[in-house]
Amino acid sequence: MSAPTSARTTAPTSARTTSRTGVPAGAAPTGAAGRARAALAALRDLPVGGWLALVAATVVLGAPLLWMLLASLKTPAELYSLPLRWLPGAPGLTNYAGVADSIPLGRLFLNSVGLTVVGAGLKVLLGLCCAYALVFVEVPFRRVVFGLVLATLMIPPQITIIPNYTFVASLGWLNTYQGILVPGLASAFGTFLFRQHFLTLPRSVLEAAALDGAGHLRTLLRFVVPMSGPTLAAVGLVSVVTEWNDYLWPFLVVDDARLMTLPVGLTLLQNVDGMSSWGVLLAATVVVTLPILLVFLVLQRRLVAGLTAGAVTG
Amino acid sequence: MPATAPAATAAGPPPHGAPDVDPSGARTPSAGPSREVARPARRPSGPAPDPVRRRAAARRRRRAWATFALLAGPNVALLLLFVYRPLLESLYLSTLQWNLGSPVARFVGLGNYREWFTSPATGQVLTTTAVFTVATVGGAMVLGLALALLLDRRIPGRGVARTVAFAPYVLSGLAVGILWLFLFDPRYGLLATVLGWFGLASPAWYTAEPWPLVMVVVVYLWKNLGYVALIYLAGLQAIPQDLKDAAALDGAGRVRTLRSVVLPLLTPTTFFLLVTMLLSSLQSFDIIQAMTRGGPLGSTTTLMYQIYQEGFVTGRAGYASAGATVLFVLLLAVTAVQMRFVERKVHYA
Repeated sequence: MSAPTSARTTAPTSARTTSRTGVPAGAAPTGAAGRARAALAALRDLPVGGWLALVAATVVLGAPLLWMLLASLKTPAELYSLPLRWLPGAPGLTNYAGVADSIPLGRLFLNSVGLTVVGAGLKVLLGLCCAYALVFVEVPFRRVVFGLVLATLMIPPQITIIPNYTFVASLGWLNTYQGILVPGLASAFGTFLFRQHFLTLPRSVLEAAALDGAGHLRTLLRFVVPMSGPTLAAVGLVSVVTEWNDYLWPFLVVDDARLMTLPVGLTLLQNVDGMSSWGVLLAATVVVTLPILLVFLVLQRRLVAGLTAGAVTG
Repeated sequence: MPATAPAATAAGPPPHGAPDVDPSGARTPSAGPSREVARPARRPSGPAPDPVRRRAAARRRRRAWATFALLAGPNVALLLLFVYRPLLESLYLSTLQWNLGSPVARFVGLGNYREWFTSPATGQVLTTTAVFTVATVGGAMVLGLALALLLDRRIPGRGVARTVAFAPYVLSGLAVGILWLFLFDPRYGLLATVLGWFGLASPAWYTAEPWPLVMVVVVYLWKNLGYVALIYLAGLQAIPQDLKDAAALDGAGRVRTLRSVVLPLLTPTTFFLLVTMLLSSLQSFDIIQAMTRGGPLGSTTTLMYQIYQEGFVTGRAGYASAGATVLFVLLLAVTAVQMRFVERKVHYA
C-alpha cells in the first residue's frame, strides 16, 4: 500500500459507503426499484440510538460556524436582544462594511491571498526539488542531508521566534512581505511526504527515461511530477491552509496595517473595536474562515489525506 | 497493520506496506532509477580505468553534486538559516540578560534558568500548562474515539457528520477564538441561552477562575476533535472484520469486543495521537491570544504563552529564551518516548 493509497482510505468516500450500505450481498440492485429496496433495507437496519447520537454530535460541532455566519448578517439590535433572535430579520452586509471602515479589509484579503499562493507554491517547489535530489541524485552523504531535513520536524517553530525576529529585523525586513514569507518557507514535512512517495515510484519508467538520455530536470518534470498528483495536491493544500492561518509570526513581524494578513488584522480589529461590536468582529471572522472552509468543502478528500498523512505514512 | 502504525515522522521507517523493500535500495547504483543506471554499460570491465575515463567519472560526480546542490540546496539553506541557526542562538541568548532591541547585553550564565525555576510565577505557569495539556489531550482522545466509533457504524449521514466534525481543524485559531468568545458571552452568547434551557446560569466565563481556562480548553477541543476522530476512524477501519466476528462468535458483546479486541489493536493509533496532540497542545498560542491573552491574572498563561509575553511584551528576550529551552526539552522528551515506543512496536508488528 503506497502512501497516497492508504491516505485515501482515511478520506471520506461517502459514495462508496452508501453503495455498500444495505445492499444485499450478491444482489447488486439495478435501477430505481433496486435502489428503493436497498434504501428500505438500510432503513430497517438503522441503529436509531447511534443515529441520534450522530445527529447530536453534528449539531453541537456545526452550530458555532452556522451561528457565526448568521450573526454576521444581523443588526446590532438583533445581536443584543433577549431572548435570542435565531435568524437575521433583514440579512445585510452592514457589519462587513463596518470591518472595512476599521481596517483596510480589501488590502488585507489580497495580502493573505498573495502570501498564501506564493508561500504555498514555493513550499511545494522546495519540497519537491529537495525530495527528488534526496532520492534520485546519487551523491555521498545524502542520507545525512535527509536526516538534517527530517530532524527539523522535531524543532517547534516557536523556539526559534526570538532569534529569527532579531535576524529579520537586522535585515531590515520588519514590515515587509519577504519578512513574513521567507523564514517559514523551508519545507520539512513536504520533503518527507514527497520522498516517501518517490520511493514507491516504478523504477522501470525512470530507468527508461534515463536510457532515453533524459536529464534530471526533464525526468523530474516529465516523469516524476505527472506521477505525483495526489502527493502534490496533499502537500499544496496543507501548505495553503497553514500559510493562510499562520498567525504568530506575521503578527510579530508586521505592525503596518497595510501589510497585515487577515488573522493579524483580526487582532487589530479586536483592539480597535474591542468587544463592543460583535457584529463587526464576526463579519471579519467570516472573511478569515470562509475561503478555507470553501477550499475544504471542495477538495475535502485531498486535504484530509494531506493533513492526516502523518498518521498513515508509518 | 501498516496503515495505523504510529507515524514516525521522526524515525522514518520504510514505505509502509512494503517493509521488505529496503528504502536504501534506491541508493545502490544497480537498482537506482536515476540516469547513473546507464553507467555500467559505458564503464570498462577492466580493473584500472585509464585517466580519460577517470576524468569523465570525476566530471560526472561534479555534475551530480551540482544537480544535488541546485535541487536540494535552497531548502537545506533555508532550514539551516531559519531553524538550526536560531535554535543554537536561542540557547546562547538564554545565557544573556538582554532586552529585545537593546544594544547592551550582559552574560549571566545560568542566571535566567535559576530565576525561572525559582520565580513564583513559574509554579502557576507550569500548573496551567499541565491542566491545559491534560484536559485538551485527554479530552480530545476520549471524545475523538467516541466520535470515531459512531462514524465507523453504517449510519446514513455519517459523511456529513465527518465533514462537519473535521471542518474546525482547518480554520484559523484566531478566528475560532473570537467566534467562541461571542458564543461564551455571559449575556448574549448562544451558550448562555442553551444553559438556560437546562435551568443553568452562565458562569462568568471571561473573568472568574477557573472558567477562562475551561473556555480555552473547550475551544481547543472543538477545533481538534475532528482530527483525532478521523485518525481513529482510519485505525478502526484497518481492523479486520473477522477478528470482530470471531469475538462475537465467542459470545462477546459490543462493549466486550471494544475493550478486548478493538482498543488493544488501536494502541499504535492511540500512541501516535497522544504524541501528536501533546506536541501541538504544548505549542498552542492562537486561541489563547484571541480569547484571554493569558489572563485574567495569568490564569491562562501556558509556558508557550509566557515565552511570547516575556519576549515580546515585557521584552526580556534572554529570560524568554530560557523558557523556550525548557519548552524545547519538554517537547524533545515527548518525541524521545515516541521513538522508543515506535522501535518496540516495529519488533512485534
